[in-house]
Amino acid sequence: MIGKSMRFWIVRFLTIVGILLGMFFLSKIITDNLDSYYYQILIQCGIFITLAVSLNLINGITGQFSIGHAGFYAVGAYVGASWTLLWQPRFLHSAPFLQMGTTFGDAINLVIALVLGVLAAAMAGFVVGLPSLRLRGDYLAIVTLGFGEVIRIVVLNIDEVGGARGLSGIPTLVSTGGMAVFWVFLLVIAVVVLSKNLLQSVRGLTWLAVREDEIAADAMGVNTTKVKVTAFVIGSAFAGAAGVLYAHFFTGISPDVFDMNTSIVITTMVVLGGTGSVTGAILAATLLTSLPEMLRFLKDYRMVIYSLSLIIMMLTRPQGLFGTKEIGWKSFHRRRRTSAGGSAAA
Amino acid sequence: MNRLLETKAITKKFGGLAAVSDLNIWLDFGELIGMIGPNGAGKTTVFNLLTGVYEPTEGDISFADQRINGLKTFQIARIGAARTFQNIRLFKNLTTLENVKVAGHMNTHSGLYASLFKTHSQLTSDSEIDGRARKMLEAMNLSHAADIRAGDLAYGLQRRLEIARALATSPKLLLLDEPAAGMNPQEKQELMGLIRKIREDFSLTILLIEHDMKLVMGICERIYVLDYGKIIAQGNPSEISRNPKVIAAYLGEDYSDDTALETP
Repeated sequence: MIGKSMRFWIVRFLTIVGILLGMFFLSKIITDNLDSYYYQILIQCGIFITLAVSLNLINGITGQFSIGHAGFYAVGAYVGASWTLLWQPRFLHSAPFLQMGTTFGDAINLVIALVLGVLAAAMAGFVVGLPSLRLRGDYLAIVTLGFGEVIRIVVLNIDEVGGARGLSGIPTLVSTGGMAVFWVFLLVIAVVVLSKNLLQSVRGLTWLAVREDEIAADAMGVNTTKVKVTAFVIGSAFAGAAGVLYAHFFTGISPDVFDMNTSIVITTMVVLGGTGSVTGAILAATLLTSLPEMLRFLKDYRMVIYSLSLIIMMLTRPQGLFGTKEIGWKSFHRRRRTSAGGSAAA
Repeated sequence: MNRLLETKAITKKFGGLAAVSDLNIWLDFGELIGMIGPNGAGKTTVFNLLTGVYEPTEGDISFADQRINGLKTFQIARIGAARTFQNIRLFKNLTTLENVKVAGHMNTHSGLYASLFKTHSQLTSDSEIDGRARKMLEAMNLSHAADIRAGDLAYGLQRRLEIARALATSPKLLLLDEPAAGMNPQEKQELMGLIRKIREDFSLTILLIEHDMKLVMGICERIYVLDYGKIIAQGNPSEISRNPKVIAAYLGEDYSDDTALETP
């Protein structure tokens, strides 16, 4: 048994090292060969995939309708940027290993910014998750919407982080040596793999059970309170991480980047992908991020066509692109032989 | 002491209305007890009190030598009281097997961390749960439907899945809320056999609410009759079927003198 477990961990370790190395070289190749316009779109896609998949944990899997995800995104971005722009220069500027500009120093600073951003966003997620214990559906949606706005207004009124002007001149920590795609890919892989692992586990089933029928889940011994708050905390943490990367790639943030529109777009991605489907969220996030760019040739009609295509997609596939299904995960194919198996559909 | 469940003068008030008042019931280990009463008598409220959905306004509930009022529903489920629902409450978009696995999750020793990172211990414990869930489906004659979406199952199978799911929590006490509702006579007959069987196989104590007199009289050893939130009679089936108060509650005062309720 110990031998088996040892082998398991060795395989796991080697897989992770392999993925990291592969990603590192892939990032190099992409950075060297991709036009900077497409490069930016790629980064945007990665960030929005992270946001959509993390919101899917809350909205899709646990069924807590949240439309304030940009709030957590903002918390991460502002706290992360505050570290590199304000706190590190003020309190730790003389620490030799924290010097920005070198690859190593940048990486260390980025990791610190990520940790702080993630912690702050997770704490915000915890606070917002608490009302979800008493509120559901539309009422919870309103609370989360309000939270998103509160964050934006608070930031707008703090002069230290630039108020309405926002923060600019954030060091581009992630860009050093083609590392931007690397970090973004890493985050995307992390959120997707963790979601997938969760969904394939029995514990993940209990999360789905909360979405399906909270009262029944409760009666089956599922601590629904804990599930809901945990979903909020984990989902927000990833949104925070996405915010940190956004701030350190685009080097400027302002409150209007994280407004209600952004929240709605992220929610749209989850709904469009098919509620609960991780692969659906990935596809929808990629589509909705790149579509406005691909439609640029339409000039003035661009946003009209974009909105129209959203309406058409929702009309033709109201259950979302993938419904609740996933593609590509062998063990996760839900075999829905509804009419087979000897029983008539109810 | 072989008493599993006992309520001491519990009362539940909704505003001014006492849905249940001064209720004293008890169940010994291994008993199969019925609870009957006209619509609105407070039967489901009693279930909700026993499973922690409501907290009693007054009185005490003890279960397995533990005072359980104030405990949350999931905590009561974990110490061994499982229930089914009057209006079926399956996890409709999950498969039959997954429904049972949700109930089996209490046996998992691995935490959230283990699930997120898919550790070795989590995989082992999940496959144990999977195996146990499949056995449960076999015992309940549902194996053929394991991969069908629960919402697509035929009505009778959904009722059976509800029982299977409750059993998967490894309960000491099983609370069945109108398990035969909507079933045809033949299905009811099968259900009676099934209830007897699971009680033996899982050494359960069962409390069931039912409107179907034939079923209740046929399998229950003791019956509580509830009307307007109060126990109006208790005893074995033949005593109950002759009790004038029960007949009055069910059929009206006029019949109470010379009629007996249908017995099998």
